[in-house]
Amino acid sequence: MDILNDLITVLNSTLRLSTPLLLACLAGLFSERAGIFDIGLEGKMLCAAFFSGAVAAITGSVWIGLAAGIASSLALSALHGIASITFRGNQLISGVAINFFAAGMTVLVAQSWFKQGGRTPSLTGNGRFNAVELPLAESLKDIPFLGHIYNGLISGHTILVYIALLVVPVTWWILYRTRFGLRLRAVGEAPEAVDTAGISVIHLRFAAVGICGVLCGIAGAYLATGLQAGFVKDMTAGRGYIALAALIFAKWRPWYALMSCLLFGFLQAIALRPDLIEAYLSFKVQVQLLDVLPYILTVIILAGFVGKATPPRAGGEPYVKEQ
Amino acid sequence: MTINDKKGRHETVVPAIELVNISKAFGAVQANKDISIRVMPGTIHGIIGENGAGKSTLMSILYGYYKADKGEIFIKGSQTSIPDSQAAISAGIGMVFQHFKLVQNFTVLENIILGVEDGAMLRPSLAKARKSLTELAKEYELNVDPDANIEDLSVGHQQRVEILKALYRQANILILDEPTGVLTPAEANQLFRILHRLRDEGKTILLITHKLREIMNITETVSVMRRGEIVATVPTSQTSPEALAELMVGRKVLLRVDKKPAKPGAKILDVKNLRVVDEVGIERLKGVDFHVRSGEVLGIAGVAGNGQSELLAVLGGYQKATGTVKINEKPIEVGSASQGQSRRANGLSHVPEDRQQEGLIMEFTAWENSVFGYHHDAGIQNGIFMNNAAIRNEAQAKIERFDIRPPDPRLKARNFSGGNQQKIVLAREIERDPEILLVGQPTRGVDIGAIEFIHRQIMTLRDKGKAVLLVSVELDEVLSLSDRIAVMFDGNIMGERLASETDEKELGLLMAGVKTGTN
Amino acid sequence: MQKIPQWADVVLVPLISLLLAAIISALVIIAIGQDPIEAVKLMVIGALGSTYGWGYTLYYATNFIFTGLAVSVAFHAKLFNIGGEGQAMIGGLGVAIAALYIPWPHWSIALLGCTCSAAIFGALWGYLPAILQAKRGSHIVITTIMFNFIAAGLLNYVLVNVMRPPASMDPATASFPPATHLPTLHDLLMPLGINFSRTTPANITFLIAFLAAVFVWLLIWKTRLGYSIRSFGQSGSAAKYAGINPVKITVITMLISGGLAGMMSINTTMGEAERLILNAPEGAGFIGIAVALMGRSHPLGVVLASLLFGFLYQGGAELAMWMAIPRELIVVIQALVILFTGALDNMVRLPINALLTIIQKSGDAK
Repeated sequence: MDILNDLITVLNSTLRLSTPLLLACLAGLFSERAGIFDIGLEGKMLCAAFFSGAVAAITGSVWIGLAAGIASSLALSALHGIASITFRGNQLISGVAINFFAAGMTVLVAQSWFKQGGRTPSLTGNGRFNAVELPLAESLKDIPFLGHIYNGLISGHTILVYIALLVVPVTWWILYRTRFGLRLRAVGEAPEAVDTAGISVIHLRFAAVGICGVLCGIAGAYLATGLQAGFVKDMTAGRGYIALAALIFAKWRPWYALMSCLLFGFLQAIALRPDLIEAYLSFKVQVQLLDVLPYILTVIILAGFVGKATPPRAGGEPYVKEQ
Repeated sequence: MTINDKKGRHETVVPAIELVNISKAFGAVQANKDISIRVMPGTIHGIIGENGAGKSTLMSILYGYYKADKGEIFIKGSQTSIPDSQAAISAGIGMVFQHFKLVQNFTVLENIILGVEDGAMLRPSLAKARKSLTELAKEYELNVDPDANIEDLSVGHQQRVEILKALYRQANILILDEPTGVLTPAEANQLFRILHRLRDEGKTILLITHKLREIMNITETVSVMRRGEIVATVPTSQTSPEALAELMVGRKVLLRVDKKPAKPGAKILDVKNLRVVDEVGIERLKGVDFHVRSGEVLGIAGVAGNGQSELLAVLGGYQKATGTVKINEKPIEVGSASQGQSRRANGLSHVPEDRQQEGLIMEFTAWENSVFGYHHDAGIQNGIFMNNAAIRNEAQAKIERFDIRPPDPRLKARNFSGGNQQKIVLAREIERDPEILLVGQPTRGVDIGAIEFIHRQIMTLRDKGKAVLLVSVELDEVLSLSDRIAVMFDGNIMGERLASETDEKELGLLMAGVKTGTN
Repeated sequence: MQKIPQWADVVLVPLISLLLAAIISALVIIAIGQDPIEAVKLMVIGALGSTYGWGYTLYYATNFIFTGLAVSVAFHAKLFNIGGEGQAMIGGLGVAIAALYIPWPHWSIALLGCTCSAAIFGALWGYLPAILQAKRGSHIVITTIMFNFIAAGLLNYVLVNVMRPPASMDPATASFPPATHLPTLHDLLMPLGINFSRTTPANITFLIAFLAAVFVWLLIWKTRLGYSIRSFGQSGSAAKYAGINPVKITVITMLISGGLAGMMSINTTMGEAERLILNAPEGAGFIGIAVALMGRSHPLGVVLASLLFGFLYQGGAELAMWMAIPRELIVVIQALVILFTGALDNMVRLPINALLTIIQKSGDAK
């Protein structure tokens, strides 16, 4: 029973830690599938984390906080769109700029508003997302195994965790079953085909970048108002890059994105509990190794040792009509 | 315009398309200047002109891909503004671009419905498209597997998908931009049959080409473009290839090159059992054998994409292969992809097929480009540094010898015209006095004046006793320059003929993969 | 499309980009309730008003010259090396190992030896992404980002578990022996009769940075290797045709780039801290991106942009001390510079282009 309890504990935190990764990863999926590379996921998340935390602290309503987070992330998305779609700038450089902008701006504004050394006040009550008890969780918890899992693992997360999980099938459905998805995939592969079919490449790409902004906004809000109770400086801690890694790991496909985010979330979860590895596997794992494992795995994937990761064909290139 | 109907009455026919005073400039380049043209419904109307004459620009304006700076467009008599492709599609115009606009990893059906889906869900659109595709296929003999991925289709079939795309959008006017460039003669004939059928059904067809033969064979009317202007529109039956060529160029042209009899000597280049497998595992060269002797031109004919590019890349030293290649009886390394330097040291020069992607660095100056590939030569070094002053002086001299304009070695390659860019490459490669010269598509995108110059340079090199391997998709060019001709099809050499003893028809069959007689 | 004249491309466009970045930064300062003019005054006095200020400005500029050159060299081969930070960290490891475990007789030999060690370690950290890009097609932007994190993890492990003196609680190495201590600008300028501030970390590495800039200039524009690097950067397909080995060029370029980034740690580790600490580069690897973009990947531009950023860094520190403006303002300015000189380059360029064309036309009309 101890093993099961420990396992549930670890998996439970896996789910929590995977959620921001998953949302950011799917955000990147929409953008990159439309041919816009986005290494600014980190910055958008960070910005949303700050604004959701700050606005939730000021208004006392987490929902207004969430809206503010999404709005701020969307603003950075718009900037990325203007730079890389309208002015055909370098998408990678734009992403780098956005990450720095967010890293500096959040602290600057936090200090100016709250004077607490770059953090927001701690959120309480309606200021943050609280755990949702799924129906019957309490009464089923004594049923061995299944009831245990239902109560300890599946139930009791914030609403955003369930939303993130729901976004996976929705993304799949949009991408492969709707007109918008067809066009989105087309514009990332062959924008000239989309253009000559009479569809605006620019509108489509802005739409994709916009969706990316919304999802990054939710991811950031989850960090500040779900996972933790308030914003602290640099709280994304490289999650945007891990999400990017997960996206490559998933080869730009939604269900695989879920898998890779759960894997990377799991690595983060056991990095928090090195004692458990030692107890069960009877060897010591360096925490630093667990920390960098997602990055090492991504490099291995990128090196093509585990199947080739081919990005969308038109990815990273601004669309210019040929002459 | 009037025609007689059956009862002998005169009836006015409204042109399917009428363009009035269309102008378009790209920066300083006037691509189209005051163009006016009328195209009658139910006809095949050809537009012919040299590369860069403005044909493609004009058609892209008609299709809403570019916006004209000024001018008016009338479709079936009513003035129509075509700000984007959507408007063109609504006006019943469809276009098959020279470079197909297809999504490679989508199926045929997905490509067909892209942009004209019925509603937000895909399934009903796909079902509907599947049904009408079957009908269209029956009606016009346009068979393709609706569920095949585009990347798995042959070029000819991809072109059919483009035509089907236009028909599915209910186009009455179909524009085809250089449609036969990538087709075998047989595939081209099949395309022409389809076009005739479409015309007979009442569709109007605009055919853009630079091939005189196509114009003579299938069009009813032809407009000739030169330097952005329409210089003539005449019924095809009342003109001749010679007259059209003169109109295109603006002066009398020699369609044939003067060729002294060849004096072939020893084998300079000897190729045996050359095989290339590309990164995705497809065999591109399937055991090629041939040789080139000193003082002769061996021409390689064939439709683009049958292994010619790979052959040049292997010989040029930047594509891995198996087999043996000897230069002057000396075997050279073909098993590695970075032999460009050692090839040059062995007396091989190479004018590549694509001067913008391979032969030149467009952002480098002409003088920097004048040593491109030869930058390790001892003669231009100054200790551990390059002797840039010497390179500049030598470049200036070459520019004068080859009459490159403008004669300024400090200009970037991109600021020269296609013909002058080609001369920069040619000057660099020919002045090395190579034992063997590889030339790929020497006159692609080059104006006729420069073509004559380039052809003369190649013949001079041959007459000096050098070996020349010429690869070209222009059958006329291969026929007029070569002493012997080898035809490539699907990675094989289908046959070899003496230029003096063969003709277009025989070569055309070989290009289509049909074996005729023996070597 | 008409090309704009070179002077406009090299001078006007970066200046206007900089001006835009400055205007927005001023707006940011106003938005957080401070006075931008007061802030600029404070920055100028703090960074340039004394040899103390100059000392710090030059110290920071030294870091940025190295990392800016690193990014520039890679840019010439069209490789975007975001890994300067990681390469500098690992370069620091090289410095620490050489300084601690080799008994150097004199600082000058130690400087030579440690510089080599720093360059080699930095180059090795650039080698792996390079070989993966060249041989396996792994996107170097992503791999260098990943390698930054891996470097941080590795350094963390080494400092906590391996190189930390047993008695210390700090994740840092022991202090370097005195024979490796580098002369500061104070020491160097004293014989010339200039009394430079004694307390600043600016040291002889500043001169090495200048030498590195000259080296890069010669390399890129005067040598066959530079010619090959630029050819490869402009057109991979043409380089292949010319017999330039893409694997070799990618690897050599990244070795040089990583080496330059690694050499930065001479300044921070040997010149300033005199021991290796966690996060020694303090983001200088990333500022290299801004510096390279602003300097148009030209060594002279890189040196000028580095001095500007050195000024901003020192001035920013003064702001944090005397006004209620956190140091993060500099990160925002850095982001704006990257944005305007890099990603929004066309936004600045197109109007200038149009304007110059109009001026030219009206000039022609006369």
